Amino acid sequence: MTTFLAACVVASIPLLFATVGELITEKAGNTNLGVEGMMLMGAVMAFITSYNTGSALLTVIVAVVAGAVGAFLYAFLTISLRANQIVTGLTLTIFGTGFAKFVGQPYLGKGVPASVTAVFAKKPIPLLSDIPAFGKIFFNQDIFVYFAYLICIGFAIYMYRTRMGVNLKAVGENTAAADASGINVMLYKYVHVLIGGALCGLGGAYLSVVRVPLWQEDIVNGRGWIAVALVIFVAWNPIKAFFGSILFGGLSILGMQLQVMGVSFSQYIFDMVPYLCTILIVIFSTSSKRKEGQAPADLSNNYFREER
Amino acid sequence: MQFRISKRGDIPRKQEILIRVIAICLSIIFAGIILLAFGLNPINIFGTIIKGSVGSEIRIRQTAMRCIPLLITSLGIIVAFKMKFWNIGAEGQITMGAFGATWVALNLSDSLPMPVMIILMMIAATICGGIWAFIPAIFKAKMGTNETIFTLMMNYIAIKFVTYLQYGPWMDPTQGGFPKIAKFPANAVLPSVLGVNIGWIFAIIFVVLVYLFMNHTKKGYEIAVVGESVETARYAGMNISRIIIVSTIISGGLCGIAGMIQASAIEKTLIAGIAGGYGFTAIIPAWLSRLNAITCFFVCVAFAMLIQGGTYLQVSLGISSAVASVVQGLILFFVLGSEFFLQYKISFGQAKKEVA
Repeated sequence: MTTFLAACVVASIPLLFATVGELITEKAGNTNLGVEGMMLMGAVMAFITSYNTGSALLTVIVAVVAGAVGAFLYAFLTISLRANQIVTGLTLTIFGTGFAKFVGQPYLGKGVPASVTAVFAKKPIPLLSDIPAFGKIFFNQDIFVYFAYLICIGFAIYMYRTRMGVNLKAVGENTAAADASGINVMLYKYVHVLIGGALCGLGGAYLSVVRVPLWQEDIVNGRGWIAVALVIFVAWNPIKAFFGSILFGGLSILGMQLQVMGVSFSQYIFDMVPYLCTILIVIFSTSSKRKEGQAPADLSNNYFREER
Repeated sequence: MQFRISKRGDIPRKQEILIRVIAICLSIIFAGIILLAFGLNPINIFGTIIKGSVGSEIRIRQTAMRCIPLLITSLGIIVAFKMKFWNIGAEGQITMGAFGATWVALNLSDSLPMPVMIILMMIAATICGGIWAFIPAIFKAKMGTNETIFTLMMNYIAIKFVTYLQYGPWMDPTQGGFPKIAKFPANAVLPSVLGVNIGWIFAIIFVVLVYLFMNHTKKGYEIAVVGESVETARYAGMNISRIIIVSTIISGGLCGIAGMIQASAIEKTLIAGIAGGYGFTAIIPAWLSRLNAITCFFVCVAFAMLIQGGTYLQVSLGISSAVASVVQGLILFFVLGSEFFLQYKISFGQAKKEVA
């Protein structure tokens, strides 16, 4: 059981990075549907870097940069040029998918060099990993996983306990008022969209460099889209994002686990479960009338000062 | 130097076309730069794409065959997008349309006259594709559920469902253990006209129908009003839920027919990957044509050339056919960016202050 739960945590990491990334983006009032594309861009560039240089540090840097470059395309078009956010995000996904296929073609089926996998191997944290059950599940993991914990906690503190976090909330809830109160709205939007993209890039890199670690064209396989839905499910809260990702990471590997345990059913029917759950989440979270946990009020609206 | 941005009124048609042409040229130049960065000769690549798409009679036919599903799906997307219903579930609607057509083809008697069979398959495809769009639509209309995620998840469910059929109950035992669904009987295969399956005639008819529907009927007008402002529509006494549901069923039904054509004329059976990405690609021509059915026809022809040319690139030079989607994405990026210059005017200097 602990082995299975530890595997759930591993399966959740790409989702977690992407979910927190999209969450931050949406907090600044932008819906970026390019998550899948940015993850693929991060995944392919990180893989190529690790394959050619064997350097783990470079791999991570390139993943971050690749995701951020994708996000920059989106940010420039939607924030500066006020293009439609939905269509721009979709285009980013189409572009990113094509880009990853094109650039990754010579690397199909190749593996990550040992010097990189060694750095990203499981490294138990002293003391914490000795906690019965709990330690095995959460603190006998790789660096990416620990970094993901820090990201969740860090963003929760940033969003709820700092002045900048409050400003960010203002930008997403009422851009015009935030602008009037002297917040640099453009800067806030750009920075958070770019950070969001960088996190998506990391999520993709985790798949291609640590989790799989081979290059396959369909390596992200819809996880970017599930992340977009998870943001709604976790009500724009980075701590809830942690648990939401584990739940969905678990669902994605439960099918295999049950077959190992000898429960017989069609795997293909079970493969539908995460997608069905996502639909249920979207239905329930949009139908609730609670004040908290709703989308930022100015989400998806482009801001133009002169039209205020 | 300072510059200020202001909204501009209507812009002359000539200038509008000029801005769009510049955007497309820039996107192709930019694509060339990317190709150069990966050590490929862009002139060679673009030349091969053109040669591969219209270089011979066979290739022109291939291009036409790729244009058919793309165009019909784009038309379906136009109907939904006009209402700002972000239907990105075309991939699933195509798959389910193909499923409906296959069910008819494999279960009805193979002695049925072909036209009857084709019409029945078409009806089944429209219903199945329509249902797949109706499910998210009813939630959107009644509960305000986010349709983007919903339609998208329906794609995965449709594809997994067909995979299940292909590996399970519909697996053809005569295929020697290969997970394949039985081939269509001869009366369920679309005939060819001028060497291309008859789908191209359907596609042209749909272009005209969708154009007339969107621009010259009351329903089409209502769809546009709901898209512009739900408040206005409500104030005018329109039944918004009904408009949402009817137009998404039309949207999904068209995508379903695209699926039927792919199953009947191209694969002659049902496979899980029947939609082949057309459902996503079709979003680009729909938007590029500014949701106009006639313009969409021309954009789809150009995109079909890119796709066919991309495949030829893979065969002849061994370069991934994904080059086509990179170029497509870039074109849309630049056109999206260019829309800013259609709506806003940038004036440099501080002219305003000097006047004051």
